[in-house]
Amino acid sequence: MAYLKGAMEYEPVIGLETHVQLKTRTKMWCGCANVYGAPPNTQVCPVCLGFPGALPVANEEALRLTVLTGLLLHCEIPRFAKFDRKNYFYPDSSKNYQVTQYDRPSTREGWMEFEFDGEGAADGIARVRITRAHLEEDVGKSTHFDRHSGVDFNRAGVPLLEIVSEPELRSAEMTYAYLKTLTQLLAHAGVSDCDLEKGMVRCDVNVSVRPKGETRLGAKIEIKNMNSFSGVRRALEYEIPRQIAALRRGETLRQETRRWDDDSGITEPMRTKEDAHDYRYFPEPDLMPFAPTESWLEEMRARVPELPLDRKRRFVRDYGLPEGDAEFFRHHVELGNFFEQAVKAGGASKPLANWVINTLVASLSAQAKTVADLRFTPGQLAELTELTASGRISSKIAQEVYTVMWDSGEAPNSIVARLGLAQVSDAGAIEELCRQAIAALPGPVDDFRKGKVAALNSLKGQVMKLSKGKANPQLAGELLEKLLRAG
Amino acid sequence: MLHQLTVAELTDRLDRRECSSTEALEACLGQMARVEGQLHSFLSWDEADARRQAAVADAAIASGAYRVERPLLGVPIALKDVFCQQGQPCGCGSRILQGFVSPYDATVVARLKAAGAVVFGRLNMDEFAMGSSTENSAYGPTLNPWDTSRIPGGSSGGCAAAVSANECFAALGSDTGGSIRQPAALCGIVGLKPTYGLVSRYGLVAFASSLDQVGPFTKDIRDSALVLQSIAGHDLHDSTSLPAPVPDYRTALTEGSLKGVRLGLPKEYQVGGMDPEVTAAFESALKQLTSLGAELVEVSLPHTEYAAATYYIIAPAEASANLSRFDGVRYGLRVDGSSPEEMNSRTRGAGFGPEVKRRIILGTYVLSSGYYDAFYVRAQKVRTLIRQDFLQAFEQVDAIVTPTTPTPAFRLGEKSEDPLQMYLSDIFTISCNLAGICGVSVPCGLTRSPRLPMGLQILAPPFGESTLFRVAHAYEQSTPWHRERSPLS
Repeated sequence: MAYLKGAMEYEPVIGLETHVQLKTRTKMWCGCANVYGAPPNTQVCPVCLGFPGALPVANEEALRLTVLTGLLLHCEIPRFAKFDRKNYFYPDSSKNYQVTQYDRPSTREGWMEFEFDGEGAADGIARVRITRAHLEEDVGKSTHFDRHSGVDFNRAGVPLLEIVSEPELRSAEMTYAYLKTLTQLLAHAGVSDCDLEKGMVRCDVNVSVRPKGETRLGAKIEIKNMNSFSGVRRALEYEIPRQIAALRRGETLRQETRRWDDDSGITEPMRTKEDAHDYRYFPEPDLMPFAPTESWLEEMRARVPELPLDRKRRFVRDYGLPEGDAEFFRHHVELGNFFEQAVKAGGASKPLANWVINTLVASLSAQAKTVADLRFTPGQLAELTELTASGRISSKIAQEVYTVMWDSGEAPNSIVARLGLAQVSDAGAIEELCRQAIAALPGPVDDFRKGKVAALNSLKGQVMKLSKGKANPQLAGELLEKLLRAG
Repeated sequence: MLHQLTVAELTDRLDRRECSSTEALEACLGQMARVEGQLHSFLSWDEADARRQAAVADAAIASGAYRVERPLLGVPIALKDVFCQQGQPCGCGSRILQGFVSPYDATVVARLKAAGAVVFGRLNMDEFAMGSSTENSAYGPTLNPWDTSRIPGGSSGGCAAAVSANECFAALGSDTGGSIRQPAALCGIVGLKPTYGLVSRYGLVAFASSLDQVGPFTKDIRDSALVLQSIAGHDLHDSTSLPAPVPDYRTALTEGSLKGVRLGLPKEYQVGGMDPEVTAAFESALKQLTSLGAELVEVSLPHTEYAAATYYIIAPAEASANLSRFDGVRYGLRVDGSSPEEMNSRTRGAGFGPEVKRRIILGTYVLSSGYYDAFYVRAQKVRTLIRQDFLQAFEQVDAIVTPTTPTPAFRLGEKSEDPLQMYLSDIFTISCNLAGICGVSVPCGLTRSPRLPMGLQILAPPFGESTLFRVAHAYEQSTPWHRERSPLS
């Protein structure tokens, strides 16, 4: 850490509360559409406007996505969860209480791993414990005009997941990496679109500093109003040195909430612990507790996609691929699946990986096509690599076969047979071609005889040319050498 | 006179084409014109809309609509001011909802309409259903049709007075701690609080969500069963409504004898402060029940003494959150201020009456950090014990009988200065809501002078409405009390 300046070295302790809008068709408690960008107050009804007498009905898909997130984050899924009312007055809150999960959330005590180099990580991987991910509702949006304010309730009642991390992040960079991975993961699993531009991800940061080696936490400072990941990073890059400097000056930091001002790049006090809200949580009497059954949970487990990092590790472990190849397949899921099917069909993994990463990617991008457009199957690509591995065709011929396969979807064996592309390994036929080559190129022959071994390559090239690429190059080399040494 | 009929009598006449729905409605409107000046049961009514509905009903009857499909076709039924009815005001007896017109129908209103009822009129109530006398209405009290110097009970006082005075054939009210049964008893009619979860609360403006339940005010038990049949049943808009079929309540009305029925008398309900005439009426009701064949058994509800305290923690706690939405931002009263906070506190300061403020403060207090465990959490535990008391008692008996109220209707202003005295008028009724069971009040006598009605309360296990109807119907049919009508009827 770069904060070693005075006699004492300090370290920051950072925890994150990340709010993510869930990707559901409708809102949390009513049938209004969960869409962004509609004209103000057009996606509203008595329920999300908090009209007298209206009652909430929980959105099943939101409950599923919450549990799905819990499973992705290796959380415990309690068999009893409930909703609570969090009471506070604010004009953008349609009921002046927010329905959330207080002491019995739907998921708890998990962890997430992400790639990160630096303090808090080992071998390029950091693991942060997740306290909980709980379901709640979003509020409306206030806009302040010249002499009045307006509230748009389109967003009110949109399902919102709050993911709380343990205070285990050690730097602004690490926090940034955590957020990146978390949102990629949620987008990957279809939990949320995580579109920051549309305000789908918002986070509050809790940060304190303490002397290195100290186990107790310092005074917790909460920072609000960061609307981008780089904003979070910048806010921390400002806030951590600010707290350390204050401690060095002998000041005592007190628990407070600060507001990040993105324009001026500083945090400013918002409120102290003394004027913190008493939210008066109590169980929401309008909703039944949520008690997932084993069969319901089983359905959720089946919906959990492979985590990107797990996928990368599996490609290294199961297929013996180098890190770079595995990294490629982690990001290119479709191509990775194609590769896996080809391996399953009997191909060798490394040659297949090369085909996919080099040749297939190039042809797909050249023709602006996707894996779904391919005419040939993973099995046929495996067949092609087998033809090369067994020596039936040379790698040069393999490229030709691939081109035909790409155009027609014809099986490689059939292409080789139909076009007579099989490698010639008949010594008599090749020896004849070797004699022709020696006769045709006296210069290289002379060079070889003078001891220039590399001159053999030109002669070999000539043999290949005469055979239209079909001669077994290794055999051709051996025969040429024999003839030259004999002559 | 048409307005004096019961719902069942009216539908018979409608089906025989002896009268029209329009005539029945006009009879109600005529009666209202005669007595509203003395009673003030209604806060408002929309005659044009009511006449339109009656005309539609008449056309349906003329074209041969089936009574079985629309059991309430053509019957004028009024609503406590706590239910949303599309295009009509819904004010909850409060200034804070001034000007609010509901954009949707409560599920019970939609079901009444689907059953063919002519839904009209907003009945007076204690503000947000908080009170036992209707004196807490922001628009002035309703008076008791038996004696207009007295209150009709509350919070659904307008409902009880209107049905008792034949201003409508039936009314829907809400009962959080006795708000249907207590005024029904004090006005000499039938008031039913169904089991929590039987009738949808969607569109009923919430007072205390875990205690509120919708129920009918009717002139007799048959009508009570008839109206309940039309409004009960699962509602997708209310997560707390029970997804189960509704039994046919008519079958409970056939038996005149109570042979084999065991009725429990809770020993803890023999409290001091009982009016001697109420005690006497209750005792003679017990004799009558015995003579019908019922067996009386003493039961114990040991946590009874904690019911009032428990109720006055849970109900205000829930109310404090339920009433937060009245902030001047989206509907109703708005008193401007220089900031949102100022607008909010000015609006609420001007919009809520003293009893509502008292309960919001009480509820806010018991939920505050540091007090929550000692009050709210403990009250919920006691509530569970109270429910267990009843469930254990119902292992020995089919139903429990008590007086509905400790006294007949009291005078206007008699208890309004003393909230505690007012709260005690609900002591026999609040446990039923805490336990989530069902209860009904049937008329069981009149005091001598002045002649004031008294009620017999029958309580049954969760979803035991058929038992309630069987016992109450047998009792009612063997006594004259349900035929007694107030001087203003």
